[in-house]
Amino acid sequence: MIPELGHFALILALGITLIQATIPLIGAARNNSTWMALARPTAQAQLLFTFLAFAALTYAFISHDFSVAYVANNSNSALPLIYRISAVWGAHEGSLLLWALTLSIWTNAVVLFSRSLPLNMLARVVGVLGLVSIGFLLFMLLTSNPFERLIPAAMDGRDLNPLLQDFGLAVHPPMLYMGYVGLSVPFAFAIAAMLSGRLDAAWARWSRPWTSVAWVFLTLGIALGSWWAYYELGWGGWWFWDPVENASFLPWLIATALLHSLAVTEKRSAFKAWTVLLAIFAFSLSLLGTFLVRSGVLTSVHAFATDPERGVFILIFLCLVIGGSLALYAWRAPQIRSVGRFELVSRETALLLNNVILVVTAASILLGTLYPLLLDALDLGKISVGPPYFNSVFIPLTIPLVMLLGLGIMSRWKRDSFSRLFGKLWPAMVFSLVIGLAWVLILLPEFKLGAVIGTILAVWVFSSSAVSFKARLSNKDRLWPALLSTPLGFYGMTLAHIGVGVFIIGITLTSIYSIEKDIRLSPGESYEMAEYTFQLDSVKTVEGPNYIASQGRLTVSKNGEVIDIMQPEKRIYRVQRMPMTEAAIDAGLGRDLFVALGEQLNAQGAWSVRLYVKPYIRWIWLGTIIMALGGLLAASDRRYRMAGKKVLDPVPAGTVVTGAA
Amino acid sequence: MWRYLAPLGIFIVLVIFLSIGLKLDPREVPSPLIGKPAPSFTLPSLTQADQTVSPEDFRGKVWLLNVWASWCVSCRAEHPVVNELARTGEVIIVGLDYKDGLKEGIEWLRQRGDPYIASAYDEDGRAGIDWGVYGVPETFVIDKRGVVRYKHTGPLTMKDVTDTLLPLVQELKKEPA
Repeated sequence: MIPELGHFALILALGITLIQATIPLIGAARNNSTWMALARPTAQAQLLFTFLAFAALTYAFISHDFSVAYVANNSNSALPLIYRISAVWGAHEGSLLLWALTLSIWTNAVVLFSRSLPLNMLARVVGVLGLVSIGFLLFMLLTSNPFERLIPAAMDGRDLNPLLQDFGLAVHPPMLYMGYVGLSVPFAFAIAAMLSGRLDAAWARWSRPWTSVAWVFLTLGIALGSWWAYYELGWGGWWFWDPVENASFLPWLIATALLHSLAVTEKRSAFKAWTVLLAIFAFSLSLLGTFLVRSGVLTSVHAFATDPERGVFILIFLCLVIGGSLALYAWRAPQIRSVGRFELVSRETALLLNNVILVVTAASILLGTLYPLLLDALDLGKISVGPPYFNSVFIPLTIPLVMLLGLGIMSRWKRDSFSRLFGKLWPAMVFSLVIGLAWVLILLPEFKLGAVIGTILAVWVFSSSAVSFKARLSNKDRLWPALLSTPLGFYGMTLAHIGVGVFIIGITLTSIYSIEKDIRLSPGESYEMAEYTFQLDSVKTVEGPNYIASQGRLTVSKNGEVIDIMQPEKRIYRVQRMPMTEAAIDAGLGRDLFVALGEQLNAQGAWSVRLYVKPYIRWIWLGTIIMALGGLLAASDRRYRMAGKKVLDPVPAGTVVTGAA
Repeated sequence: MWRYLAPLGIFIVLVIFLSIGLKLDPREVPSPLIGKPAPSFTLPSLTQADQTVSPEDFRGKVWLLNVWASWCVSCRAEHPVVNELARTGEVIIVGLDYKDGLKEGIEWLRQRGDPYIASAYDEDGRAGIDWGVYGVPETFVIDKRGVVRYKHTGPLTMKDVTDTLLPLVQELKKEPA
C-alpha cells in the first residue's frame, strides 16, 4: 500500500508542477499578479508530494519490502539500517528521486529567502525551475519508476553493491546533488532575466549568493567523492579522471568562472551576456553529467546501472532545456549592453582572464571526456583517454591561473598599472620564492622541480592574500572597527583563495612524494618503508552482518616506537560474492599511512599487502573545506540580505557609457 | 548575431554525437576475430624462463586468453575475479602479459596470485596487435578447434563470469574437438 501511495504522490507532484511551470510564467508575461502568485503555493505543494514519495521509498527500504523491485535489487535483510536508508539513492531510480527532491528543496529555498524579490521575477524563476522538475518527474514516472512491484515478491533482496555499503554513499551523492541541482537556481535566474529583459546589477546580486551556496555544495560533494574513492577503492588514489568524476568537475569549473564573472556584472555592469552564458553552461553541464552517468555512453567505474533507452529520454530532455535556453540566449543576448568600461590593466581584465582559463580548462576536459565517444561515432576506432592527457592540459592551465590570482585580488577596478601592482606585491613574490624553495629543501626528502613550483604557487596565494588583506585595512585608523566593517564577502574570498593554496600543496606533494609498495608478508614478518616499520602480526577471520572478512593486524612503528595498530580487511559479501578491500588508514596532517590487504598467497598465511605513505594528502580535502567555508562566508554577506530592498546604481557617476540600452 | 548563435550551434553538434553514442556500446566491441582461428604466437613464458607459450599448446581444450599488464589499473580490480574463475576449475586460463616489464610482471603474479596455466610475455606488444588488443584487460574465449568465439573488453566482474563466460564454456565443452 505504502509504495502505491508513494507512486501516487509522485504523480500528484507532477500534476502540481505542470501548473507551477506554466501559470506563473504566463502570468509574468501578461502581468497578471494572481497567476504569478501561484508560484509559491505550487512550489510548496510540489515539495510536499515529492517528499512523501521519498519517504514512502525510504519506508519500503527500512521495512524490507522486497515486493518492490527497486528494494529487492538494492537491499537485503542483513543490510544494516544506515545502508538501507542510503540505499534509497544507491541506484538509478532512487537517485533520480533524490534529484527531484533536491530540486524541490532548492525551489522552496528560493521561495523562502527571496521574499524581497519582485513578484514577476519570482514567478519566472519558480516557473523555470518547475520546467526542469517536470523533466525529472516525467523521466522517473515513464522510464524509472522506483515503486514498481515485483510479483511474486522476492524472498530476500540482492543486496546493495558492496562498494556502496559505506558512510561515503550516505553523504556523497546528496551533497553532490545539492551542488548539481543548486546550479539550476542561477540558471533559472538567468533565464528569468532574459525573459523579462531585466539584466541588471540587481539580477547579478540575486544570483550571486545562490551560485556561491551551490558551489559550496558542489565543492564538498566532489571532495567527499574523492575522499571516499581514496579509502574505499583501496588503490590509494584520490582522483582518476574518470568520466563521471569529470562530469562533476566540469560544472564546478564553470560555476567557479560564474562566481567571478558575477562579481564583475554586479560591481561594474560588464560581462553581462557572458555571465548569462556561463549560468546556462554550468547547469547544462550538470545535466550532461547526469546523461553521461545514466545512459552508459561512456565506460566508467560509476556506471553501476545504465540503460540506453533512458539515455534517449535524457537526451531529448537535454535538447529541450539546453537547446531552448541557448536559443533564448541567441535571441536576447544581442540586446544586452554591458556598460562598464575598463583598461587593459584592471581587475576586470584579471577576472576576464580567470574566466577564459577556467572555460578553456573545462572545454579541454570535456573534449577528453567525450573524445572516445566522438571517435567511436565517427567510426575511427575505440580509445580511452587517460590521466596523462588530463594532467598535461590541466596543470599548465592552472599555473597561470594561480599566478593571476595574486595580481587579480590586488588590482583595482577599471584602471590600474603594473608598476603600482609590482610595488605592492614584490615582497610577496620574494617571500613565496624563498619559502616555497625552503619548504621543499627542508621538509621533504628530495628536491623536485614540480614540488617547488607547487609550493611557490601556494605560498604566493597565501602571501598575496595577506597583502590584499593588509591593503584593505591600511586606510583605516583602528584595527577592530576596520575588521568589523570589512564585508563578509571579502573574508569569504580571501578564505576561499587560501583554500586553493592549501589544496595545491596537497595535490602537488602527494602526487610527487607518495611511496607505494606491494609486498608479501607472513605473520611475524615486517617491512620498512620511509621511516616506518610495518609488521604483520596476524590475519584472522571475522564476521560482519552481511560479509565475511579476513582481518589483518599490522603494528606500525617509527624509530622503535609503536605509532599505530592498523587493521585492513578483505571482505567477501555473501549475497553478491564480491571481494572488497577495506583499507586501514592512519591519517595525519603531514602524511597518511595506508594499508590494504591483497590476496592470501599460501596456506601458511602469507598475504600480499599494499603499503602506501602519502605525504600531505589530507591537505587536499582540508583545502576544499576551507574553500567551501569561504564560499559560505561570501554567500552570507549582508548586502545580499538587503538585495531588492535597495537596488543601487552599480555604475558610479562619470563612467563612460557605451551603447544604448 | 552569429556569435550569439555559436553556443547553440556547438550544442547541436554535441547532441548529434551524443545520439550516435547512445546506439554504441563502449564495452561491446565486435572483434573481427570472432569465428576465426586464434592468431598464432610463440612467446617466452613469463614464469618459466626456459619455456615458450603458444596457442597451439591448448588445441583440443576450451581455454581463455586473459590479456593484462602490471601498469593497468583496471587489471588490479579484475585480478581477484580471474583468480576466482581459475579456482572453479571449469576452464584453463592463459595469461598474456602485454607491453610490460619482465620484473614487474613476475612481481605482479607473485603478489596477487597466479591464476594462469601459462603466461605468455608479450614485451613489444606484437602478439597483442595480432589479437586486436587496444585496451587492457581483455579476455578471449577459444574453443577446442582453436577458434575465437567470444571477446570481453574491460575488467571482468563475477557477474560476467557466472552469467556469460561459464555458460559459454560449458556450451563449448560439449562441441566435438
